[in-house]
Amino acid sequence: MKKLLPHPILSLMLLGLWLLLVNSISPGQILLGALLAWLIPLYTARFWTAQIHIRRPLLLLKLTGTVLVDILIANIAVARLIIGPRARIQPAFIRMPLRVKGNVSVSLLANTITLTPGTLSASLSPDRSELIIHALQGNDPEAIITDIRERYEQPLLDALEQT
Amino acid sequence: MNELPETGLILNLALAVGFLLVTAAVLLSLWRLIIGPDQPDRILALDTLYVNTVALLVLLDIKLASSLYFEAALLIALFGFVGTVALAKFLTRGDIIE
Amino acid sequence: MTTELTTLLVELFVALLILIGAGFTLLGSFGLVRLSDLYERLHTPTKATTLGVGSLLIASAVFFTWREPGVSLHEVLVAVFLFITAPVSAHLIAKAALHQRTPSHSGLPPETLLEKHDGHGTRTKPDTDPKQKPSQTD
Repeated sequence: MKKLLPHPILSLMLLGLWLLLVNSISPGQILLGALLAWLIPLYTARFWTAQIHIRRPLLLLKLTGTVLVDILIANIAVARLIIGPRARIQPAFIRMPLRVKGNVSVSLLANTITLTPGTLSASLSPDRSELIIHALQGNDPEAIITDIRERYEQPLLDALEQT
Repeated sequence: MNELPETGLILNLALAVGFLLVTAAVLLSLWRLIIGPDQPDRILALDTLYVNTVALLVLLDIKLASSLYFEAALLIALFGFVGTVALAKFLTRGDIIE
Repeated sequence: MTTELTTLLVELFVALLILIGAGFTLLGSFGLVRLSDLYERLHTPTKATTLGVGSLLIASAVFFTWREPGVSLHEVLVAVFLFITAPVSAHLIAKAALHQRTPSHSGLPPETLLEKHDGHGTRTKPDTDPKQKPSQTD
């Protein structure tokens, strides 16, 4: 089973990708998509070294929801900052020690930080222990770090396990 | 499909305004691309231009009521990303392929 | 007639999404011109543009689903792709800028830290003296 279908999640994503690309759910396309979704992970298995286990799928779903809502808020907040008086922008670099480990978790967290209000991940230290964040309103670095921790990092830690 | 209505007045109006806004966005990005002042700024402007182009193509798709330009939009998004990554990596490391 | 009413409603909805999307796309580029240093400018395209193009793509999906037989969802593909790639591009540009010590109003992180983050060793340091103080240009 493990040998035949090395990455079930990747396979599902590939099938979805194929069906979206051809914009059809005819049986033929599903068959072709399933074939591709089976063969591509099989032949690129050596490339995907990290294995992720979704421990709590529901929590991950909830996190996705939170992030999507935050993206909407982020857009409106940043839009107001752009139009508003320049004095309201007080940029600062913030150093955030990371608790998540593993490629997937760290990149998910970094992407989330960039997409959500007023923060942007700028650099990751080579040992993946620290992230430099640029904030548009960085008067209170502690609050920003606590916010990221509670909203995104903790759910990620709970939901994903990487081996 | 002849019985389908033509695109109505409201939609045409919104499309016209949309084209105007996105074209303005393209011009602003172009301005940033020209004035720089640094290489990262230019990469960022180029990246924004790619995304603006995708927006323009999507609008054109709706206007012409054909999904002819969908693939073009997808390809521009793809190559725009690859180009941005290559340029940024070039600035960071001095070469692209190790 | 109900069909005429739905037509009107769909058109209104699509028109609204187009206006929102185009507006945010413009805002993203406007921020690109207005904000004063590179790191601030990085914020606007990644945020405003993803929502801008996202709205336009939803508008397109709704429009084609309504107009043509069957469901049209391939616009979602572009939207998802942009959502995944936008932060990555921003991160890489920010990293390149930090590597080049692009000056900023927020003051760069300490040099020792940046040294650690460069992490490639082989490249010689930029000959310009890295400034800890923000360059006040305006």
